Amino acid sequence: MSAVAAPTTLGVPADRPTRVAATRATDSGRSQTSTSRRVLGALAIVVAIAWVFPIYWMINSAFQPLNKLQAEDPTWLPLGGTVANFRQVIDDGTFWQAMRTSLAVVVLVLFAALIFAFLAALAVSRFRFKGRKSFILAILVVQMIPAEGLFISQYQVLDGWGLVNKVLGLALVYTAAILPFTIWMLRGFVAGVPIELEEAGMVDGLSRVGAFFRITFPLLAPGLVAAGVFGFLQAWNEYTLALVVMTDPEQRTLPLWLQSLVESNRATDWGVVMAGSAVIAIPVIAFFLLVQGRMTSGLVSGAVKG
Amino acid sequence: MAATAPTVAGTTATPVPPARRRRPKVGAYGLLVPASIIIGIALGYPLVRQFVISFQEFGLKQQFGAAPEWVGLQNYKDLLTDSYVWTVIARSVAFCLVNAVVTMAIGMSLAVLMQRVGRSARITLQVSLLLAWGTPVLASMTVWQWLFDTQNGLINWTLSNVLGIESMAQHSWIIEPLSFFFVATVIVVWMSVPFVAFSVYAGLLQVPTETMEAAQLDGASARQRFWGITIPMIRPVLSIVLLLQVIWDLKVFTQIYVLQRAGAPTRDTNLLGTLIYSYSKEFGLAGALATIMLVLTLALTGFYIRQMLKEDEL
Repeated sequence: MSAVAAPTTLGVPADRPTRVAATRATDSGRSQTSTSRRVLGALAIVVAIAWVFPIYWMINSAFQPLNKLQAEDPTWLPLGGTVANFRQVIDDGTFWQAMRTSLAVVVLVLFAALIFAFLAALAVSRFRFKGRKSFILAILVVQMIPAEGLFISQYQVLDGWGLVNKVLGLALVYTAAILPFTIWMLRGFVAGVPIELEEAGMVDGLSRVGAFFRITFPLLAPGLVAAGVFGFLQAWNEYTLALVVMTDPEQRTLPLWLQSLVESNRATDWGVVMAGSAVIAIPVIAFFLLVQGRMTSGLVSGAVKG
Repeated sequence: MAATAPTVAGTTATPVPPARRRRPKVGAYGLLVPASIIIGIALGYPLVRQFVISFQEFGLKQQFGAAPEWVGLQNYKDLLTDSYVWTVIARSVAFCLVNAVVTMAIGMSLAVLMQRVGRSARITLQVSLLLAWGTPVLASMTVWQWLFDTQNGLINWTLSNVLGIESMAQHSWIIEPLSFFFVATVIVVWMSVPFVAFSVYAGLLQVPTETMEAAQLDGASARQRFWGITIPMIRPVLSIVLLLQVIWDLKVFTQIYVLQRAGAPTRDTNLLGTLIYSYSKEFGLAGALATIMLVLTLALTGFYIRQMLKEDEL
């Protein structure tokens, strides 16, 4: 079958007189395809190396002592390196202070965002009610609001409630920022679980609530995990709002701490800065690798179905 | 029941007809309340407030507790008659469009590349992109600053020692506005491409093979199949991704701010985000400029959103 289909691929009409020529063309076409596949494969590897290089360089530099970093020629491998840079980061009390603040913010944000987004996603995908479409439209439009334009009035609002420099204040603005996307994403997952399953459970004697928690909820677990990771990344990595809300150095989150580390070490010791970056980045990257597949499928499914 | 669970979880990607909705309506509204309250107080209210203060004057007097004065459209007038503000607006739009287009082009190419190469090459590329995607923005910023460092940066070393361009030996990348924006673009594109590549790749996987085979049998060339079938079929994904890129690149703040802190001339490198931030003592002007930025975002994306809404049944 494929032998017949192949000539058409090459645009050669498959009628009798050209059959021989077509077959020959097919053969060269085959080898061309595999050559081009190999060339593309090599291209993919080159792109992969280029894209990952900055991260490699961060880790490599983090293990280099200062004299190697400032040497005439770069040192390409972290062989015979030092962990002194990491030790300097770990021994720094402000690092742990920032770590505590960041963790507190992340936990609060995840807790609030997941529960509230889940409830809202349930409402828009399991019920038909007046205003449903407007709500979906609203969460879409809310994501268009340039948060970078909003931070001054957000600061004022938090200031009015005494929430500036407070974990709760930062967690509040973060939760509001990630809720729309989280709802959008979970809506796709909830819609993906057919309600017939729940109904089957009810036929088998479960209550509506029981059917929901015993049948639908476990099926949504991957969606909740994906949404949770998304929220974690946002809250862990966010810089702008933290910069505006957490003006007190004692209340720094990790990104603010890293920036202050850069500013005090610029042109002096990039090794320590790279060690600090690596310490913040590596757990996130590891986490991200574990669950990202579900994140993209969540985005796409949220986008294509109701 | 436990046995059926995994199979159902696996089918989340296939479209499912809208669920039957026939439960009490009050319940639905109740479920929306917590999310609406949070979004309302931390996004909605500040948005309204920003709009209100854009008509008020916050000067020195107000910092000492006086009530803000109503000044009508004065803030807008001040901003829109200032040629510098227009320069920044033009700069922001240009930066946004260049970054969005470059990111989309590279991201889409990589998505197609992922589809065309063998398994091991694809996984290598995907892991590499994921690593870049997962890196926190501030960590990326520090690495790129180190790579572009004047004294010991690897990029200057490569240009001068490997490619023999002696003048690049101690080159400062962020002093000149054009080269500042080049560095910013490299960083923004590096960080944004993975999201585009993966979203588009996920879209490509949803194009049914039957359709492609049918087209192939009908004599459509690879190029024709790509532009005539694949692209139209993944249009919803492309639209959303491009829309998000435009929005994100227009409001870009962190990358510009951090590079400015590294010693770039602020005035020559401000984009809308950093300009608003620089008005942090003059709330009225900041509110007005933020409103202008919102209008600009809607102007750039409004047509697009309408198209999307028309096609998407929600």
